[in-house]
Amino acid sequence: MTETRISRRFAAVAAQGRPALVTFVMAGDPDFDTALSIVSALPAAGADVIEIGMPFSDPMADGPAIQAAGLRALHGGQTLVKTIELVRRFRAADAETPIVLMGYYNPIYVYGPERFLTDAKAAGVDGLIVVDLPPEADDELCTPALAAGLNFIRLATPTTDDHRLPRVLANTSGFVYYVSITGITGAAKPDAARVAEAVGRIKRHTSLPVAVGFGVRDAETAREIGRNADGVVVGSAIVQAIAGSLVDGKASPATVAAVTTLVADLARGVAAARAAE
Amino acid sequence: MTTMPNSLRNGPDERGFFGLYGGRFVAETLMPLILELEQAYDDARKDPAFKAELASLSTHYAGRPSALYYAERLTEHCRALTGGKFGAEIWFKREELNHTGSHKINNCLGQILLARRMGKTRIIAETGAGQHGVASATVSARFGLPCVVYMGATDVERQKPNVFRMKLLGAEVNPVTSGAGTLKDAMNEALRDWVTNVADTYYLIGTAAGPHPYPAMVRDFQSVIGTETKEQFHAAKGRLPDAVIACIGGGSNAIGLFHPFLDDPEVAIYGVEAGGHGVDVPNGHAASMTGGRPGVLHGNRTYLLQDGDGQILEGHSISAGLDYPGVGPEHSWLKDTGRVTYVPATDKEALDAFVLCSKLEGIIPALEPSHALAHVLKLAPTMDKDKSIVLCLSGRGDKDVFSVAGYLGETMSEM
Ligand SMILES: Cc1ncc(COP(=O)(O)O)c(C=O)c1O
Repeated sequence: MTETRISRRFAAVAAQGRPALVTFVMAGDPDFDTALSIVSALPAAGADVIEIGMPFSDPMADGPAIQAAGLRALHGGQTLVKTIELVRRFRAADAETPIVLMGYYNPIYVYGPERFLTDAKAAGVDGLIVVDLPPEADDELCTPALAAGLNFIRLATPTTDDHRLPRVLANTSGFVYYVSITGITGAAKPDAARVAEAVGRIKRHTSLPVAVGFGVRDAETAREIGRNADGVVVGSAIVQAIAGSLVDGKASPATVAAVTTLVADLARGVAAARAAE
Repeated sequence: MTTMPNSLRNGPDERGFFGLYGGRFVAETLMPLILELEQAYDDARKDPAFKAELASLSTHYAGRPSALYYAERLTEHCRALTGGKFGAEIWFKREELNHTGSHKINNCLGQILLARRMGKTRIIAETGAGQHGVASATVSARFGLPCVVYMGATDVERQKPNVFRMKLLGAEVNPVTSGAGTLKDAMNEALRDWVTNVADTYYLIGTAAGPHPYPAMVRDFQSVIGTETKEQFHAAKGRLPDAVIACIGGGSNAIGLFHPFLDDPEVAIYGVEAGGHGVDVPNGHAASMTGGRPGVLHGNRTYLLQDGDGQILEGHSISAGLDYPGVGPEHSWLKDTGRVTYVPATDKEALDAFVLCSKLEGIIPALEPSHALAHVLKLAPTMDKDKSIVLCLSGRGDKDVFSVAGYLGETMSEM
């Protein structure tokens, strides 16, 4: 694929000799306006790539923190239409930070895959991660997304062996998201040595950047994991910072700062990842 | 695949689809496991030793074949409603007589043998009414494997006898509080467990839903219901029944009864969904085919109860075993092809049928097949007396007596 915001950003960050910080927040958590303020504040706080969750009632691959974030968003009236609108509003003020929408297939299927791709592209979305669309289902969304000029970012996991890896990577673009554990989001801390080995294995099969996520909660882990990865993804810790800032379930004056403080700290972690021990 | 022309019994295709429905919509972590399962099942079904062991357990452990019974007094009851002019014979395929009290054991025996064959050492299962949980706990006990059952917190409350039964059988029962705490939430939690414990864990899905190969595999293990029915009815009457009918939760007892009859066009087939408070009541029912539309959940594309944004609705049914917003993909396909007629029955109709069956036949049915019986009570009086309907009496009602007592305004001290 030709150059995209995602490839440009990974290249720029690599030129600085550090991994990218990829941050996840849920669209509409805890409400549309606050989520927009949070997303808008992420680049200055140190986020290089932004993943925006599309809330779904049945997030089978997510742990309690992201489940709760999705429910807060849905209770706040978030829909896929509004999620695309959130990206459009963000993009009006930021032409460069890559935006990846992440979620499950059903809301997209009901929206209509072709219409979704058109609307997402027009709003300034750069890539998609759809958890329950493995390569076996590429004709559903992946192939049309690539045709529409969107990156389709695939998850590789510890169960994706060398035999299967080429299949998983075949239509992947933008970057590869390595899930560091077998499990759900927000679970155990990954073992840095094993992750490094897995990243090396994936890199033998692809020239795409490899970002590592699931279980990275703090600057220290981000630094450790980032030593060998091209990007570090943090999600549950961020949505928990949002949860911790709420008063009676609603955004408080401390909500945006709770996120930017954490992200700034994580950014220091990735900045130090390649520093000599 | 070698497709026999004009057969409705050859699905799914090699990618796990029944027409538009089915498939393998799962996270990458699970994909290699599902492919491995498909291979293992393919090998097992061709292995005479596997078949022989399953047949032996079905006979000596589960108590098969289950009886086919002519429900004479219910038949008379329906005939009386027409002044004796009409009224098909009502027959029960008595799956409630199986060990553990429902059809669920048929599937569990097949899958536990497969799990053992695959070298898995830990069993997980989801359950709604608790019948599948009990059957899973039972076969796990029989084969000495630890078993973890996920059950919605709401269902734990309304199916207490089964919760205790599972514990007695040595299973760990984990109440699930997310969502409305019913079957769909239990299935989400079981999938989360599976994704976390991929190496040693076998996910024993309890209905003909989920990613390929589960819908086809569960159907195959349950098809013993329809195969026996065909033989037994033939022995009794020398022909095919005129109609077969079953309740639909995820659709396993129904597809098990229906599948052997799909290519017999003279047999009318009815699936009865949970109509709850009525299919016109928003989110007040669990009739995914009557009141839902196609979507993707729990690994397959199928009819789902959902809102305009693709968020899954909880649905409602008096029966915990039917309280699921989806349905097995083969049913979705059979609906679209028109081969099977799917209709709803309300909570009230099911409750009335539950009471009537207990009084007239001395058989306390589970609330799930009471839905199918409710439709039989509408259908039989419209048919001639020389016609016959076979109902799958999928389970016994012991688990439901406490909650039914509540609905009928009786108080009982809980166990
Ligand atoms: C007795 C009985 N019948 C039917 C069902 C519904 O399941 P299925 O549609 O898979 O047969 C259940 C589920 O718990 C049940 O316990």
